[in-house]
Amino acid sequence: MALLELKDVSRHFDVKAGLFGRVVQGKPDRKIKAVESVNFTLAEDEVLGIAGESGCGKSTTCLMIAGLLQPSSGDILYEGRALSQFSASDRQWYRSQVQMIFQDPYESLNPRFRVFDTVAEGPRALKMWPEPEIARRVEEMLQSVGLPPAKYAERYPHELSGGERQRVGIASALVMEPRMVVADEPLSMLDVSIRAGILDLLKDLARQRHFSCIYVSHDLSILGHIADRLMIMYLGQAMEIGPAHEVIRHPKHPYTRALIHAVPVPDPRTRRPVPNISGDLSRPIDPPPGCRFAPRCPYADASCRETFLPLERHSAVSHQAACHRLEALDL
Amino acid sequence: MAAAEHAPFRNLRRGLQEHYRIITSNRLSATGFGFIVVFVIVALFAPWLAPHDPWEMLYDSEGNFASLRPPSWEFPVGTTHLGYDLFSQLILATRTTLLIGAISGGISIVIGANIGLIAGYYGGKIDEALMRFTDILYGMPFLPFIIVLISLFGRQLEFVILAIVLIIWRTSARVIRAQTISIKQRQFIAAARARGCSDFRIIYRHILPNVLPLLLLYAAFNIAWSIITEASASFLGFGDGETISWGGMLYELWLSGKTRVAWWWFTAPSLCIVLLVTSLVFVSRAYEEVANPRLRKR
Amino acid sequence: MNQKRVLGVRNLSVRYQTQAGAVHAVSDVSFDVFENEVFGIAGESGCGKSTLIRALMRLHADNATVTADEISYEEQDLQGLSDAAFREQVLWSRMSLVPQSAMNSLNPVYRVGDQVVEAIQAHSRKSKAEAQERVAELFDVVGLQADLMHNYPHEFSGGMRQRAMIAMSLALDPGLIIMDEPTTGLDVLVQERILRRIREIREQISSSIILITHDIAVIAEMSNRIAIMYGGQIMEQAPAIDLFEAPHHPYTLGLKNAFPSIRNLGQELISIPGSPPTLLGELTHCPFQERCPFRIDRCRTTLPEVTALADQHEVRCFRHPEAPTLREQATEKATWRSLN
Repeated sequence: MALLELKDVSRHFDVKAGLFGRVVQGKPDRKIKAVESVNFTLAEDEVLGIAGESGCGKSTTCLMIAGLLQPSSGDILYEGRALSQFSASDRQWYRSQVQMIFQDPYESLNPRFRVFDTVAEGPRALKMWPEPEIARRVEEMLQSVGLPPAKYAERYPHELSGGERQRVGIASALVMEPRMVVADEPLSMLDVSIRAGILDLLKDLARQRHFSCIYVSHDLSILGHIADRLMIMYLGQAMEIGPAHEVIRHPKHPYTRALIHAVPVPDPRTRRPVPNISGDLSRPIDPPPGCRFAPRCPYADASCRETFLPLERHSAVSHQAACHRLEALDL
Repeated sequence: MAAAEHAPFRNLRRGLQEHYRIITSNRLSATGFGFIVVFVIVALFAPWLAPHDPWEMLYDSEGNFASLRPPSWEFPVGTTHLGYDLFSQLILATRTTLLIGAISGGISIVIGANIGLIAGYYGGKIDEALMRFTDILYGMPFLPFIIVLISLFGRQLEFVILAIVLIIWRTSARVIRAQTISIKQRQFIAAARARGCSDFRIIYRHILPNVLPLLLLYAAFNIAWSIITEASASFLGFGDGETISWGGMLYELWLSGKTRVAWWWFTAPSLCIVLLVTSLVFVSRAYEEVANPRLRKR
Repeated sequence: MNQKRVLGVRNLSVRYQTQAGAVHAVSDVSFDVFENEVFGIAGESGCGKSTLIRALMRLHADNATVTADEISYEEQDLQGLSDAAFREQVLWSRMSLVPQSAMNSLNPVYRVGDQVVEAIQAHSRKSKAEAQERVAELFDVVGLQADLMHNYPHEFSGGMRQRAMIAMSLALDPGLIIMDEPTTGLDVLVQERILRRIREIREQISSSIILITHDIAVIAEMSNRIAIMYGGQIMEQAPAIDLFEAPHHPYTLGLKNAFPSIRNLGQELISIPGSPPTLLGELTHCPFQERCPFRIDRCRTTLPEVTALADQHEVRCFRHPEAPTLREQATEKATWRSLN
């Protein structure tokens, strides 16, 4: 059984037209369809990468998985049970099972908390262990993320470098012994030379401590290096999912292909093909039915504009794309 | 683990050290803090420090009735028309004034901080209700309010304090609310929620320490403001007649009709008020620099 | 090489006076920019790349001191010019800047076109009608529809605003355009389109470009020559292909190892241990030595000089003669782990 399963999960936000707009201009309220009918499963000890541009719904998906946001429709199943059916005590237990690692290491640590207290906060809040046990685990955790407690436990965030801060963020997520970690762009604010170190740390810890990971990023090169499977999202819809190397080397969906062609390559001799895509990225406000990528897709036909073909949850093929025209295109 | 056991004490010591560092970081606030310490010592030991009973009609060493004496060796701050020693009055009044300042300043900041934190953190209807209530208090003029309150309940210290508290918490509530809203949106609060912290824990453990410099700034303001308010109320005759305060001393002067003659009677309590309030403002300025780093000198 | 030199910089240093002491943000930087080329400056946060261009454009902070043996534009000395004369004669008309997070540099209350018109009129004698005509041309060059001139910045997407800022920098046909992180914070597809546009512009008009970024892949694709900065110094500079195929400096080797490539998914990424130096006080040793697995005793006591290797390839490292061996060792993870 999968550890986590998303069944037709959607999340809409209402944008209220202002009083002036409503009364004088007769503007209706609008809906942002941030996430629309997303299906996927996450296996034990698996790293699933989610990639996409701004507004693709990857962060909203993360927040729903972490239980910080409720889906508007659809179900999120954890070990086969729907989060929406959880009792209060189940929810508290789930809080320790799923942890988040945040994007901005400068913003995600409380400036008034010392490193030790930051890492101890989760176990203390949930009263997971008695205080001496918490202290022991926190120190052990700090050691394993490469921050010897003797040197770092008493420091404040402003006394740490960006990489050290992100290590604190990782420690405070993993000290809870989660079975699933949701990492939202944990490297994007860090310098190139230290990114690989944090990436290695995450990989090593995932192996040692057996947790599954949802790793969200806009950077396909990094996802290619950490993810087992990769899902591509565009304006709230999941476009393609499959083994990471497979998706990057042989993308099926026209959007994935454009996205991969757009990634610069650190080799001055390489010449990339020009991404085959037109128009600009919009926002998922009152989107028309059908595939959201259709307006920019060079291959779109009438069927694409009318209906969207979401990814299947339990598909026999591991690599699938949400596209009507796959056979016709044979990308 | 030794480190964990002593953590509360260690944190307290570190906290006090930090405040000491903030206060002594510039000369004005250090001086202000020095004056406040002196006032507090005077207030604590007032009955032992005062050379006379403040309401004792005094005679000088030659046996003459000591009415309206200017400052001299015998009466350092002079006497009133009834021969009361102003120095003794001043010392005992320090106690009342500081008590009123500390209690009403303290209570008002506790109320203001809680209302601000709760309104700011929860937002929505709770925020709406609390802030409209604050707005109503904003519309309340202080003097008519205190006159009504005193005439209903009598001239007692408790009601003077109550009146001051009810009026001054509103500003701190608003400021703390604004700060809370901005801190609430920062990622470390989302992180705390993701770790499983309850609302109560987030408000008091994660947000409160971050609004603390602002809170102390407003605490100092509130104390200063309470002292001025008490002085004005006492001067207008709405103070507690039983206890003696700096404002009350000025009221007595007014009643005696000797304002134009007894310059010392006027100067002494006024100077004390100005000195204490200024000291508080100087100390609060040090916290203002912490709360608002843009003021900091580069 | 007989190319015409557009910009010449010799031994430029920038130091800041701070409460903690003097910060040597940029030390002894020398480089040339030739006609019709893209010169890339790459480095991580705090390496001094932004300070360097701010000093060149005279936009440095008040507490900064800039010293240089030479700063020249088309062999004409710029250091002798007063600030006013520099603004009058050089800024915009010869050298222009697309600042970092340029897309937030537009004033939200004025139409985008009017802001470009204003910039043109401030630096030339063009009439309003002529200026507007020029804006339409420029919008065309950067791939924006001319009628977008009359829109406000909030009606533009991030990528469109960035293109408008590039249009503005082209307004007076400068010989050199400096772009500071022109695509940072933009989505991949938008970034791709802007980079392609910059390349097209470079082919259309005969300007040179200094491109500053932390993104090794962007700099590899865009630049003819590349300088790698670390700790306020240029550690290595070379034609792009030489730099990637025959890097000499350990830091360049480290960066190459650490940067993931979508074309090489099996590659093991290796980070450089430690974190960048604070640059407080005089540089008396190699700023990279703390993080360098190849350091020798001399690296801690002496500052390496710039050594010219081959055609336009310069490096600041004592061990450059051993580069082929070091290159091999640098691909081993153990080499970099040995420091901890």
